[in-house]
Order: sequence, then C-alpha cells, then structure tokens
Amino acid sequence: MKKLISSLLVAVMVLGLMACGGTSESTESTEPAPAAESEAAATPETAPAEESTAEAAGSVYYLNFKPEADQAWQDLAALYTEQTGVPVKVVTAASGTYSDTLTAEMAKTEAPTLFQCGNAQGLIDWNDYCLDLTGTDVLAEMTTSDFNLTDETGAVKAIGYCYECFGIIVNTALLEEAGYALSDITDFASLSEIAHDIHDRASELGFDAFASAGLDSSSSWRFSGHLANMPLYYEFRDDGVTAQPATITGAYLDNYRNIWDLYINTAAADPTGLTTYTGDHSQAQFGNSEVVFWQQGSWEYANLVGETYGMDPANLAMIPIYCGVEGEEEAGLCSGTENCWAVNSQASEENIQATLDFVHWVVTSEEGTTMMAEQFGPIPFKNAKTPENVFFADANELLADGKYTVTWAFNHTPNVDDWRATVVTALAAYSADQSDANWAKVVEAFVDGWAYEYTIQNG
Amino acid sequence: MKKKNKTNDKAALNGILLRRPIQRCAPFFILPTFLAFCIGFIWPFLQGIYLSFCNFNTPADAQWVGVTNYVKAFSDAGFANAFRNTAAFAVVSIILINVVAFLIAYALTQKMRGANLFRTVFFMPNLIGGVVLGYIWSMIFDGVLKAYNTYLTADASYGFWGLVILVAWQQIGYMMIIYIAGLQAVPEDMLEAASIDGADKRQTLFRVIIPNVMPSVTICTFLTLTNSFKLFDQNLALTGGLPSIMENGSKINATELLALNIYSTYNINKSWHGAAQAKAVVFFLLVAVLAIAQQTATSRKEVQQ
Repeated sequence: MKKLISSLLVAVMVLGLMACGGTSESTESTEPAPAAESEAAATPETAPAEESTAEAAGSVYYLNFKPEADQAWQDLAALYTEQTGVPVKVVTAASGTYSDTLTAEMAKTEAPTLFQCGNAQGLIDWNDYCLDLTGTDVLAEMTTSDFNLTDETGAVKAIGYCYECFGIIVNTALLEEAGYALSDITDFASLSEIAHDIHDRASELGFDAFASAGLDSSSSWRFSGHLANMPLYYEFRDDGVTAQPATITGAYLDNYRNIWDLYINTAAADPTGLTTYTGDHSQAQFGNSEVVFWQQGSWEYANLVGETYGMDPANLAMIPIYCGVEGEEEAGLCSGTENCWAVNSQASEENIQATLDFVHWVVTSEEGTTMMAEQFGPIPFKNAKTPENVFFADANELLADGKYTVTWAFNHTPNVDDWRATVVTALAAYSADQSDANWAKVVEAFVDGWAYEYTIQNG
Repeated sequence: MKKKNKTNDKAALNGILLRRPIQRCAPFFILPTFLAFCIGFIWPFLQGIYLSFCNFNTPADAQWVGVTNYVKAFSDAGFANAFRNTAAFAVVSIILINVVAFLIAYALTQKMRGANLFRTVFFMPNLIGGVVLGYIWSMIFDGVLKAYNTYLTADASYGFWGLVILVAWQQIGYMMIIYIAGLQAVPEDMLEAASIDGADKRQTLFRVIIPNVMPSVTICTFLTLTNSFKLFDQNLALTGGLPSIMENGSKINATELLALNIYSTYNINKSWHGAAQAKAVVFFLLVAVLAIAQQTATSRKEVQQ
C-alpha cells in the first residue's frame, strides 16, 4: 500500500508539473536565448541633470529585430539619452518571434514608436501603423530609395536602413588547390564543370564542391527563398513586374533545376536525406574548409572570420548564382533587404518627433554610423562608413564593373512561409528521386502554389 | 451518517465553533484564486469568443464582422483535413495507449521482480517536454527511414504513424500509473470469492477486474481523448504539418492536426486572425462535447462499491 501511495504521490507531483508545462503552447521553450528585454537608460532621471534640456520632450521605444545587434543598440540608446536627455528604450525580440512580439507590444499603451516592417507581408499587417515618412529629414539623408517600402499611393511607409547580399561564397584557397582561379567561373557551364570536377576528385583532394543543401527548416530558406529568387527575378524582369503578381509562369524553372541539381549532386551530403541536414551543418562544412562552395549571404562574414572558424578574409569571395540564363555573365550579387524601419503613426506627436530625431541622429552622427557599419555593413545613407566585410566589397566591385544587381524578387512572395513549405516538400521528394515526374511536382508547388497562396493571403 | 459517540461530541462542537467563522469568510479565501481564474481564464475566453466575430490585428483594433469568420473557417479545406487527421489520430491513439497501458499495468501488478523499477522507467517519458520529444523522435525516425532511402516528411502516413508512436511512448507510462492504482484497488475479497467459485484467470480479468477498474478507464480515456485533440507541441516539432502538398490548385498540410492548423491559420496574416479565432471556438466546442459525451458513456459502466 505504501508503494501505491508513493507512486500516486509521484504521479500527482508530475501531473502538477505537466499542467504547468502543458498550457504554454509555444516553441520558444527550445530557444536558447529568451527575449532580451533589457531597458537601456529608459528614464529621464538616469540622464545627467545638466544635459536634460528643454527639448527633451517625448520618448523613443525601438523594438529591435536582430538579437545579435541588441547590445550595440542598447549602448547607442544609452549614449543618445546621455547626450540629449531623450529616453530611448530598446527591446529585442527573441530570434524568430518578432511578429508575435510586435503584435503583443503594439497592443500596449506604451507601444513601440520605431519598429521593423520588412516586406510585403509586414506592410499588409502593419500598414495602418506605418507613418508616411515622405519629406522627413531622415529620408533626405538616403542615397537610394531601392530598399524602401511604399504603399499603393506612393507614400514611403518603411525605409530600408541597410542591405544585404547573397550568392555563392567561395573558398578561393581551396579553389586554387583544385587548380582553378575565381576568374574561371563566369557562367553556369563553367561553374558546373568545375564543381563536377572537384566532386569527382573529392577523395583525392580532401574536400568536396558544394556544402550540404539541407532542407531542414534551419537551412531550407536558402533554396525556397534565396535560390528561388533567381527564376523569380528573371521572370519579373522579362515581364516588367514591379508589384506582387497574382500568378507566375515559372518560365525560368528549368534554370532553377540546373542549379539545384548541381547543389545536390556535387556535394558530400546524401540527396535522399536532405531534410535532415541543418544550416549549421553546411556552415561547419564551409567553415572547416571541407567544401569550396556555399550558397549564403553577407551576414555570414562575421561567423566565418570569427573565433569558431577563423577563416582568412583574403580566402573568401562571393560570386553570383549562375543558373544558365542567357546573359548571366553580366549578373552581380543578389542585393536587397528585409531590414526596414517604420515609425508608429499611432504614437503621440512628441514621441513621433523624438523617434524621427533619434533615427536621423543614428544615420548621421559619428557614433551612430560607426555602429551601423559594424553591425549592418553598408547603409544607404550619405554619411555611411565603409564596412570591412569583403562580401560587400565584392558586391561593389561587380557593380563598378557595370554588372546588374539581382534584386530581391522573393520579397513579393505571397504568404511566404507556407509557399516555401510547399516548395521544400516538393524539392525534398525530387532530391530523393530525381525524376521528371517529381520535378513536375516542384513546378506545381512553385506556380500553382503561388496562385493559391495569393488567394489565401488576400482571402 | 456515522454514529457519533460521546467522546466525539466535544470535538464536534469545537469543530463547528471553529468552522463557522471560517465558513463565513469562505468567499474571502476563494477570492484570490477566483480573481486569478477570471483574469487568466474567463476573461480571455470571453474575449476570444468576441474576437471570433471580429477582424483584428491587435485585440485593441477589433472590428465586428458577424459570422464571416466562421464561414471562412468552415470553407477552408485545410481545417477539414486537420479535423480528419485529428479524428483518426484520436481513435488510434486512444485505443493503442489504453490497451497497452492496461496490459503493462496488469503485468506489473503481478508479483514479479523489479516491478517498481519498470514502473519508474515506463513513466519517465512523461517528464520530457513535447517539443524536445518531437525533435528527438524526428531524428530517430529519419535515422531509421534513411536505411530505406526515405525520410519522415516524404509521406503523410510516416508522419501520422510517427506521431502515434511518439505520443503512445510518451503517454502510456502515465496511463499505466492510473491503471495500476485502479488494479490495486480491486477488493481482495472479490478476487478470493471469484477463485473459490472456480473462475479462471480470463474470467477473473473480464468479469471482476475490468468492471472494477472502470473508474480508471473513464479517467484514462478522458485524458487520452482530450490530449489527442489538444496535441500541439509534438505535432509542431515532429513534422510541423509537412508534407505540404499542392493538388489541383489547392493545398493541404498532410500531417497537420487541429491545434496546429489553428496556429498556422493565425500566422497567415491579419485578415486570418479572426478566422483562426473562430476555428478555436469551434475546436473548444468540439472538445467539450466529446469529453462530456465520453464521460457520461464510460462512467455509466462504473461499478459502485
């Protein structure tokens, strides 16, 4: 009987625990870093009394999007408060939870005055909260309006404050070891030939051509998002599409297949099990010099030259994604952004003004531009500082040579996460069994999926 | 009903004297919990019902739109598909979990060495959270399926049976504990009478033991039923609803259960928040009706001792 009682007691205890855990229906429990909700010198009292001048009306609340830049924002906010007396609060949403955090924060009385609104999806959700930034001081500081988001009336609703580029990152030291130079790669044919040659000699060379094209959710966006940009970009260029289309034709999907075949068939990773390969896996392969090519973006620079992998910047280069489109020798890198600032139009007038002043200060002051260059690379503002990231140097060099920039056509994707999930499902099935019938499923997911998600998005 | 003897009278009187003021203060003692219950449960619940009739992004800017959200929810093929998946999953897992848990409990109440150790070990999967389990099992399934040149999200049936195995593995130990408690509460004298009357093991099991553990069956079927309807973390972490298949211009997430469908509907964009809320209300009604029906059905079979 004692045993029964004790086992029941244990059961009851655990039931209590289960009740605690069971109600929180969230995936965040596995997130290593919780939302870093530290406030930086939020109250006017913390500012030195002699400096809090009469102009210190209103306050700024920035809901930051990038956890890796949290500390830099906190420091900058503290500095601004010290200089002007205007309280600046910076809150950072945990990785992958920005839209949830934004929804929760916007419902509060003290809502964010400055937030992130990065793509068509964001504009659908938050258009009512985005102040028209036309005619503001900060807009006048910009060198390009390419990265800004405008609504159908032409009002500037969010400004792209930095941009990123992606392509195929190359380990030039390994490429030379295999007997090739970077200049040998000028189009898809040459890329394919070199990659196949390296893959065939992998055991002799000790390294392979491409890093794993993982279709785990931590990696699949590289292909359903970034790689899918290639057929989308060329199709939109031909058809003159500038706003989100209801349907697409998939005219360049054969090129998508070219490059995807190359990725999966010249890599050490087993194509039948791509759903099990993560983004970290491919990063480690490239970082440890096990592969020559890795499709990634400029944001990986810090990781590659950082302590973990310690790669030499001189051995890193980024080349355009070639997929066999006519005239692609003239292509540059894929440049664009999802990092756009929007000012909360429903905030009080003083707070809006304080926010605009703060943003203006960030992109013009010495401290602000230094931080932006360190954290975000090149920023499209007149006073921008040059970053040390070699990938941006590559992007600029290609531009200087008169190559065309492949813009981020995938920003038009309707109901983006769901569309990508369908493409990934079809890609995984195709990779495991590379038949034409399975490729037809990829095309269906791509083209019919687009039309379907468009109706869902606007439904 | 108990007979009172004289020595108890004084204590009883004391008890009443003590109890009366306490009883008068009862509402006061209940108040904190009741307030917390209202804030944390009743108010959000009512607001949720209200929001299901609204278009909203944040609850503050809700606009009344009537029943359009419900129309939208019911015309969504993904919702119907998720409902079918959930129903199939519930049937399979209720039967599997309860039968296996009862068999293990029955085995572990026989006199055998190490029974306590087994109970502890079988119970342990319960201590691991659903998300963690989902990721671990997805690795296990992928590892096994790799030998057959395939992977977990290649086919909807892999994901479905994977989820059944995962949840069974997690919950069998828990239900086992409840069945063990039920089995140990079967009156010894009844079992003795049965054996004197010449009942064999099978007859004893079906005629004496099972009718006596019906209260445990009620609890366990209730828990497995509601658990399988509310299942979310495991579903999200194991397959996330994948494979996501386009067919004839419309799409389904082949292994998506109801709770995950509601979650992903909400995440489409703000014009779907209301529809997701409507689905959640329908979902609540469904679970409530099923649970009540099941309670009345099985508790009728319970033996009153």
